[in-house]
Amino acid sequence: MSDTGDLPQALSNPVTLPELLADLEPVRSVRTPIRLVYDFVPSTAAQAYLRAYSDKRILGHRSPVDGAVFVPPRGVDPRYGVAIDETVDLADTGHVGNFCVTHLPIPGRDDLEIPYVSAWIHLDGADVGFLGLVAGCPSEDVRIGMRVRAVWKPDDQLGPTAENILYWEPTGEPDVPVEEAGNRAWRGEDDG
Amino acid sequence: MSRWRRPEIGLGGERTMAEGPGRHDVAIVSTAVHQVEAFTGVNEVQLMVGLINQAREAAGLTQAEVGFTCSGSSDFLAGQAFSFVQTLDAVGAFPPISESHVEMDGAFALYEAWVKLQIGEVDTALVYSYGKPSAGSVRDVLALQLDPYYLAPLWPDAHALAALQARLLLESGRATPETMAQVAVRSLHNATTNANAVRASATATVDQVLDTLPVADPLRPADLAQVADGGCAVVLARGQRARSLCDRPAWIRGIDHRIDSHALGARDLTRSKSAAVAAGMAGVSSDRLDIAEIHGSTTSQELILEQELGITPATAVNPSGGALAADTLMASGLIRIAKAADRVSDGSADRALAHATSGPCLQQNLVCVLEGD
Repeated sequence: MSDTGDLPQALSNPVTLPELLADLEPVRSVRTPIRLVYDFVPSTAAQAYLRAYSDKRILGHRSPVDGAVFVPPRGVDPRYGVAIDETVDLADTGHVGNFCVTHLPIPGRDDLEIPYVSAWIHLDGADVGFLGLVAGCPSEDVRIGMRVRAVWKPDDQLGPTAENILYWEPTGEPDVPVEEAGNRAWRGEDDG
Repeated sequence: MSRWRRPEIGLGGERTMAEGPGRHDVAIVSTAVHQVEAFTGVNEVQLMVGLINQAREAAGLTQAEVGFTCSGSSDFLAGQAFSFVQTLDAVGAFPPISESHVEMDGAFALYEAWVKLQIGEVDTALVYSYGKPSAGSVRDVLALQLDPYYLAPLWPDAHALAALQARLLLESGRATPETMAQVAVRSLHNATTNANAVRASATATVDQVLDTLPVADPLRPADLAQVADGGCAVVLARGQRARSLCDRPAWIRGIDHRIDSHALGARDLTRSKSAAVAAGMAGVSSDRLDIAEIHGSTTSQELILEQELGITPATAVNPSGGALAADTLMASGLIRIAKAADRVSDGSADRALAHATSGPCLQQNLVCVLEGD
C-alpha cells in the first residue's frame, strides 16, 4: 500500500555517506553563539527615580484616577492604562508586606550573608510594595507588618541607583496589623 | 472601582445580508500611529499609553468595553524577556482582560483578533504593536530569525539578504536599477504628505537616487527602508457595533496569510508565491483597487509584491510612502493596514489593499482587502 512515488530519492532511500566522510565522527550537536548589543534608555520616569536616589530621595507616581501612589514610578497607572505625571516624594520608612528567607548564596554576591531576607517594602504613603533586603535583626525575627527604615550608603558613595539603600532595618515601632499590611488592606476593599 | 464587565457571550451583532452564513463582517473603526527616527527618553510603554488611548477614544470605547486585546512585538528587538508584559501597563489590564500576543508584526495580531471576532463571543477588539529598533542593530537582530543551524551562524545581516534578492530580481530582467529608483522616488514624494514619515522629499529624482553609491550592492540608501521607532493601535468592531462607533468603518472584506519555505535556498527569491496565494484568497482581483499599502523593506521587494498582488497602474501604491519612508519592525505591517483604513474611513478610497510581510525575503505574507460602505 505504501506510495513513495512522490518522495524525492533522498527521503525514500537509506542514507549512504560519501566514502570521504565514512570514517568521520557523526555531528551530534552544533554551537552557534549569539550576541546582540543594546543601548537601553530608561523611561523618563525611571530616569527621574534613579537620579533622585543621589539625594537620598525615593520618588513615586500618583495616579490621576484615584490617587494611588506607585513606586518605582513607571509613568503609567497600569490598572487603567493612563499616563501619570504627578511625582511625589516618599518617606524612607515603611513596613514589611511579605518576605522570603533565602539560604542559598547568589553567585557574584559574596557580600551577602546567608541567610538573607528579601521583602516587599511598603513605604509610608505608597500603595504598592517594592523589593528590598531586610537586615539588622536575626532573620527569624522578620515578620509581616514589621516597621522598617532605609539604611543608606555613606553620603560620599551615593549615586543614581537603588543600590544606595543597603538594606531596611527594624525601627522598633509597633507592627502594622497583619490584616492591614502589604496589599491586604486594599485588596480587601476591592473584594468587599 | 468596578469597571470590569463580563464579556457578552453569544450576543453577537446583527448580521447583514452581505455577510453570508457563519461569517461576521469586521471593520477597523479607529487607528493611531506614531513613528520617529529614534525615541529619546520615551520607552515603549510611554509611547503605547498615548496611542492606545488615542485609538480607544476615537472609537468612544473604554478598555472595559474592549472584548479582546492582541499585540505584536519582539523580545529580540527590545533586548528584554517578556517585554510585551510590561507594555500591558499601557492597556489597563486590571481587573484581568482577555488578551493575547504574537511575536510577529501587529498585522498578524490583527488577524488573530479578526478570528476571535468571527467566533462571535466579542464584538470589539484592540490591536497594537510597536518597535524600538534604535536600541540595537535591527540588521543583526533579523539574522536571528533565520534557521539556527545553517544560516544564523553565518550572521547574514538583513541588508545582505535583501541585496541577494534584489540582485536575482535584476538578473531575471523583471526590474532594472531605474525601476527600483522609481519606486524610491515614489515613496519619497508620497511621504511628504505623511506626518509619520522619517524620510521624505518633494524634489527627489531618479537620477539623484542613481547617483548615490550602493550600501549593499545593488541596493542604494533610498532602496532600503528608513528604520524608525514607533507603534500603532487599531480598534476593530463587528457588524452593527462597528457602524455605531464609526461614521465610515473600513470593512475587512477579505484577509488571508500564507507562508513560503523558511529555507532561502528552497524558493525563488524573485517571487513570493505566498503573497500571490494570500491575495487570491483575500479576493483582491474581484473589483478595482483605489489604493494599496504594501509592506516591503526594499524597493525590489515592493516591485516583487506589486507583481504578485496583481497591482495595476490604476491603483495608487503606498500613498503614505510605505515602509520605505518609515519602517518600524513589528509595526510596519499593522501601520499599512491602519493607513489603508484611514483612506477608506475618510472617503478618499472605496477599496484598498493592505499587505504585511514577516520573515526573511518576503517569506510570510498577509493580505487584507478593506472597503467602505
